[in-house]
Amino acid sequence: MSVDLGRPVAVWRPRPRTSLRVDRRAVAVGLVLLAIVCVLAVVSLAYGTYQLSLGEVVGALTGNGDRRAHTLVVEWRLPRLLFAIGCGIALALAGSIFQSLTRNPLGSPDVIGLDAGSYAGAVIVTLVIGSTAYTDIALGSLVGGLLTAALVYVLAYRRGAQGFRLIIVGIAVAAMLSSFNAYVMMREDPQTAMIVAAWGAGSLASLGYSQLVPFSIALVALLPLAALLARPLAQLELGDDAARSQGVHAERVRLGATILGVAFASLVSAAAGPIAFVALVAPQIAHRLARTAGPSPVVSALTGAALLVSADVVAQHLAVATGLVTVTLGGLYFIWLLIREYRRS
Amino acid sequence: MTAHALEAAGLTLAYDKRVISTDLSVHVPAGSFTAIIGPNACGKSTLLRALSRLLAPRAGTVLLDGRDIAERGAKELARELGLLPQTSLAPDGIRVADLVARGRFPHQRVFDRWSPDDEAAVLRAMSATDVLDLSGRLVDELSGGQRQRVWVAMALAQETATLLLDEPTTFLDIAHQIEVLELFRRINLEDGRTLVAVLHDLNQAARYASHIIAMKDGRVVAAGAPTDVITPEVVQDVFSVPCRVIEDPEAHTPLVIPLVRR
Ligand SMILES: Nc1ncnc2c1ncn2[C@@H]1O[C@H](COP(=O)(O)OP(=O)(O)OP(=O)(O)O)[C@@H](O)[C@H]1O
Ligand SMILES: [Mg+2]
Repeated sequence: MSVDLGRPVAVWRPRPRTSLRVDRRAVAVGLVLLAIVCVLAVVSLAYGTYQLSLGEVVGALTGNGDRRAHTLVVEWRLPRLLFAIGCGIALALAGSIFQSLTRNPLGSPDVIGLDAGSYAGAVIVTLVIGSTAYTDIALGSLVGGLLTAALVYVLAYRRGAQGFRLIIVGIAVAAMLSSFNAYVMMREDPQTAMIVAAWGAGSLASLGYSQLVPFSIALVALLPLAALLARPLAQLELGDDAARSQGVHAERVRLGATILGVAFASLVSAAAGPIAFVALVAPQIAHRLARTAGPSPVVSALTGAALLVSADVVAQHLAVATGLVTVTLGGLYFIWLLIREYRRS
Repeated sequence: MTAHALEAAGLTLAYDKRVISTDLSVHVPAGSFTAIIGPNACGKSTLLRALSRLLAPRAGTVLLDGRDIAERGAKELARELGLLPQTSLAPDGIRVADLVARGRFPHQRVFDRWSPDDEAAVLRAMSATDVLDLSGRLVDELSGGQRQRVWVAMALAQETATLLLDEPTTFLDIAHQIEVLELFRRINLEDGRTLVAVLHDLNQAARYASHIIAMKDGRVVAAGAPTDVITPEVVQDVFSVPCRVIEDPEAHTPLVIPLVRR
């Protein structure tokens, strides 16, 4: 006999003493999302200034295509696609971690000031060091994001960093950093300001394999940590007392999860500049689609990948920065939220 | 299960500068059903939090089965000692069976997920608390009493030899109060678990508990068998309520009758 969860559950018993309960709806949603990502991937590899047929794309990927197709697909479009997928996954996981930590759908790295912090880091590097090299900006933004996260964490800390305080403090810090950024930008020379502004819009267009390799290594290194923290983090949503009485090291898990969430978010900011709203929206969409309890990391990650790849296809098509498309997407999400709340009350 | 005693000695309990208890010593006999009674804000929850290591005492020790709880691993302790806090939060969009299953956390290692033992424990806990019919419902959409029984089920699913319950009967109607208390008596007697429950109803405490601890202002005023603790003097002292205590005609335990105020 097994417990009725009110929804279909597949039980898989690899060994007699263990069984894995798999939520069928979550699996189905995951598979659909995966299929969407694949279709979008083919679209993004085939379309562009030069259109290729499906056969040419497959040929180029398997090493049987002509030079032109190879250059277009493998050298130019593939790294950008892989970046979109990787950044989508990283952002969604960052969002899912922060929303779980704060128990609030608004708890996402862009809302609590990390994007503004990364941006400030990039701005300072270009102004103070006078460098507009990619690696310097990336490093500056990484440091900026991390410092901002540390600042928000310390300011929000009172006998443990509590969720809602984190959000409020984060919003305040983000606002101050934004005005700082605006002020500094006014003082930059126009050319540098252009470069910084372009970076600040969040773009995947200019990224190639030399950036993809370190990015992927870092992402793959972080994923097992996310898997490790997933259950204690979900347990923490029961409130500190309940979680701790079940053997969760509450403060340790919270600190670890904060660092991990910051790492995921900063990784993206450092590579591509701040790409807003994916972290905020993906876990919520995943939560509604899969009807899981709280944000589910795997479905969130797939949703993030699907969102960012589709945003990037649109960005490519309109020749604008990817970040601009996601901001628009985020705006639509808020309008939808407002309408829903309005209808409810 | 072998029953364990819980022994606290010389506890100083405080939140930052606010000291709640000094030199507090409490004895919970092995295999007892101990009720803690006392007025609001006298430090009952604070004591339970110290007994379950949620609050580190400024001074003093808590021994479970003769061993200091401060020296146990977190999950190891959680397999032996469970706590139902006075208030808990349900994760957004969680369903009843999922919530009860969260109680199995200390029994699972990082990557093994769900064993037949887990399944059996969850089923036992849910049928004992009469929430099997609710299993697929959203916890957010339950009534206060239904929700309380789900939380109790989660604590039961943890299957600890010692279980601390902070006001497990609040929100419950009289029928479910009795049902839950009967359930506690059953797991106390049949499984030999040591239970500690904060109860506000003195007559229920007297009827169901084998040992009562009466607290006031962070101190233990009286402790012992119900007939020794539930007396007009103690009730007057602890709650400032003048009363008579007669024999409960049904259970033959003390029954508190507050005097009519004139
Ligand atoms: N987290 C906290 N920080 C500071 N003071 C606290 C905290 N929790 C409780 N207190 C204080 O400690 C005292 C004892 O509180 P406690 O919760 O232990 O009372 P209680 O006996 O459980 O009361 P009740 O019957 O109302 O649940 C109260 O004065 C309360 O204000
Ligand atoms: Mg209390």
